[in-house]
Amino acid sequence: MRMSDERSLIEALQRGDDAAFRRVVMQYHASLVRAARSFVPSTAIAEEVAQETWIAVVRGIGRFEGRSSFKTWLFRILMNQAQTRGIRESRSTPVSTQLDDETPNGIAGRFHDAGERDAGHWRSAPSDWGRLPESLVESDETATTILEAIAALPARQREVITLRDVEGLTAAEVADVLDLSEGNQRVLLHRGRSKVRAMLERHFEGVAAS
Amino acid sequence: MNCVQLVELVTDYFDGALSAADTVRFDQHINQCTACRNHLGQMRITVQLTGALIVDDISPEACESLLDALRTFGGRGG
Repeated sequence: MRMSDERSLIEALQRGDDAAFRRVVMQYHASLVRAARSFVPSTAIAEEVAQETWIAVVRGIGRFEGRSSFKTWLFRILMNQAQTRGIRESRSTPVSTQLDDETPNGIAGRFHDAGERDAGHWRSAPSDWGRLPESLVESDETATTILEAIAALPARQREVITLRDVEGLTAAEVADVLDLSEGNQRVLLHRGRSKVRAMLERHFEGVAAS
Repeated sequence: MNCVQLVELVTDYFDGALSAADTVRFDQHINQCTACRNHLGQMRITVQLTGALIVDDISPEACESLLDALRTFGGRGG
């Protein structure tokens, strides 16, 4: 959104303009519910958290000063609402423990070990997914595989990948919403993506073998 | 840069967060290594497919009832 468009939107919201609220609800509500779903245990609670977010927006828009984008502000409120209900891991959890994750990424063990002749190179080379049939790559089963893979991620990886890759926030926006450095945000994103890739690989190879 | 190192840098590469020197090393490796080129393609497809998941939006009816609720509970008046 252009800066001037953003400012006129904020002013309309601050006036209580009905069309402006309809516009942001249409644009963001489904995103808020999906994002909330990555922080809370059920869709019903995610819906409630999204509604509480809108109520907080109505009450707080008068104090919004535009130091962040409206989108970042909105998702920060969502995080706070989820946390207020005590259903999200506290932000005060040290980043070091959030980054401490030894769950398999589908990559470890695929390389020749140090001391072997081809140390550091692939033991079993990845295949070219560009050659897979489109009907398989774009199937509902593939979408389900991705959703299940994301649901199985550790909380912080799930939050980052949902905001970045599903909802399309930028690295800076996600770092701001989740109170992470951009670097840590990227580490978490990379771990999450690697595991989703590994689940897709299993899915594609399983289908190809059957 | 070998294959083990490269796979850890893919997200930084996509984000343009690598140093200029590492970007050159990354590109050189990719040009020479089919396996890593395939891996990079798999990661790119993973990101694209994840970004294409969204299908549902709020229905107009649900939107109107939410706006009604905001008028009542949000203190925006009628």
